[in-house]
Amino acid sequence: MFNKILIANRGEIALRVIRACREMGIKSVAVYSEADETCMHVRQADESVCIGPAISSKSYLNIESILDAARQTKAEAIHPGYGYLAEKEEFARACQDAGIVFIGPRPENLNLAGDKIAGKKKMEAAGVPIIPSSPGGVDSIDEAQAVAEDIGYPVMIKSAGGGGGRGIRVCNDPAELAEEFSVARMEAGAAFGNNQVYIEKYIVQPRHIEFQVLADQFGNVIHLGERECSIQRRFQKLIEESPSPRLDKELRARMGQAAIHAAKAIDYFNAGTVEFLLDAKGDFYFIEVNARIQVEHPVTELTTGIDLVKEQIRLSDGGKLDYTFDDINLRGWAIECRINAEDPERNFMPCPGTVASYHPPGGFGVRLDTHLYQGYELPIYYDSLVAKLVSFALTRDEAIDVMKRCLDEYTIEPLKTTIPLYIQVMDDQDFRDGNFDTSYIERFLPEEEDDDE
Amino acid sequence: MGKIMDVTAAMSGIFYRHPSPEDPPYVEVGQEVNKKQVLGLLETMKVFQKVKSPVKGKVVEIVAEHESPLKDGDVIFRVEKQ
Repeated sequence: MFNKILIANRGEIALRVIRACREMGIKSVAVYSEADETCMHVRQADESVCIGPAISSKSYLNIESILDAARQTKAEAIHPGYGYLAEKEEFARACQDAGIVFIGPRPENLNLAGDKIAGKKKMEAAGVPIIPSSPGGVDSIDEAQAVAEDIGYPVMIKSAGGGGGRGIRVCNDPAELAEEFSVARMEAGAAFGNNQVYIEKYIVQPRHIEFQVLADQFGNVIHLGERECSIQRRFQKLIEESPSPRLDKELRARMGQAAIHAAKAIDYFNAGTVEFLLDAKGDFYFIEVNARIQVEHPVTELTTGIDLVKEQIRLSDGGKLDYTFDDINLRGWAIECRINAEDPERNFMPCPGTVASYHPPGGFGVRLDTHLYQGYELPIYYDSLVAKLVSFALTRDEAIDVMKRCLDEYTIEPLKTTIPLYIQVMDDQDFRDGNFDTSYIERFLPEEEDDDE
Repeated sequence: MGKIMDVTAAMSGIFYRHPSPEDPPYVEVGQEVNKKQVLGLLETMKVFQKVKSPVKGKVVEIVAEHESPLKDGDVIFRVEKQ
């Protein structure tokens, strides 16, 4: 097993990986930007190295600087977390060349899974159902409009190199497409260091269902059930749960098999997620493979009892998968709320600032993954996700009750967060009935200020 | 001389003059702009907002530096109203 792992990330996910390392008896190295010296991951790691200025492109996306930190601290492996370099083929290759293990998929996997365009072609060839889209990346407004004309509006502009909803914009007509195109490219570039985008048909009112998969180096691929991620705003997931109230055993088995086929089609290795859209008729379409540990991985961990980060590390060390989904004692229901420092009353404007008063929830059935602490100052440079609050109980109803109680307890002042919105959702009858699709959250939102008024 | 209007940051964030690093800046000093024309971008916690001109007029000063962190209310541009 590795003696030392460097975590090429920040915030709650860096902390999550450091915790796994500590439990496994592995030393951890944190990296941080000049704006992140006071970050909790720096305090919790065994060692830490400053890798550059506040702007991510010069620190958390700086491959050379991160590899230098790994060499300097003699780390044998790098865990990339999610976002930043997690799905960057160039980084996985650079690790390989430097003789450092990249804890994640193979570079070739990242090429195919990370590049959504090439990935979809493989899926189509493997018989996994897909959504109509541009045959490749689009580089100009004219090209984008031609594609959109062909597949029909509404369409989405999506980042070819990214995931997590960043850079995605829905356009209803050619004028909107023209205006949003450059901004979408800019966001894609800033978030992932790759500004290529593509155009895809927008399927109206679907559910977003994804399957966790694990693959070892010996060709074994298993799935660990689904996550229901339909509660989202502008393609940013807000609330996730496992299992999905929509799936029965039969549909779960069919989608799980499709997920395994998808992973096998690209000869996938390590932890990954296969995302699907599920329409009202029960037809599902492959969206993409997320070649990383995902933000919402805890809901799978709580219902399966499997620590996915430890599995990632074990598999990268040559470990074998000697179990399948059928061997797992699937138990209970887990719900995650992503607490963002955003004001739901003001169009989800980000709210950087200092946490003057902090009190986390506790008690039975709670898991809280966060890097917050009293006195922490949230930098303007990074993502607004500040905490993942997860409730767990034997039934969905009870899990909702636990979540409601925890949201009430949680104090993060004076920052505006998405907590008040989630309290409303937990109180909503349709949510409790499991009756929702990806447009569900809109009913709670004030009418958005039109950007052009 | 028209009235000089300050275009300020609506919240703290990083200011960008270009739509992307390869593209030319949205505007230069001396350029005529329309009301609501995009002058730059402001990134706060990975969210980009367009900085727009409040009036039809001429850009007389670009106060903020490209890629610099701004506070809520910092002046970014000065535009002379036409």
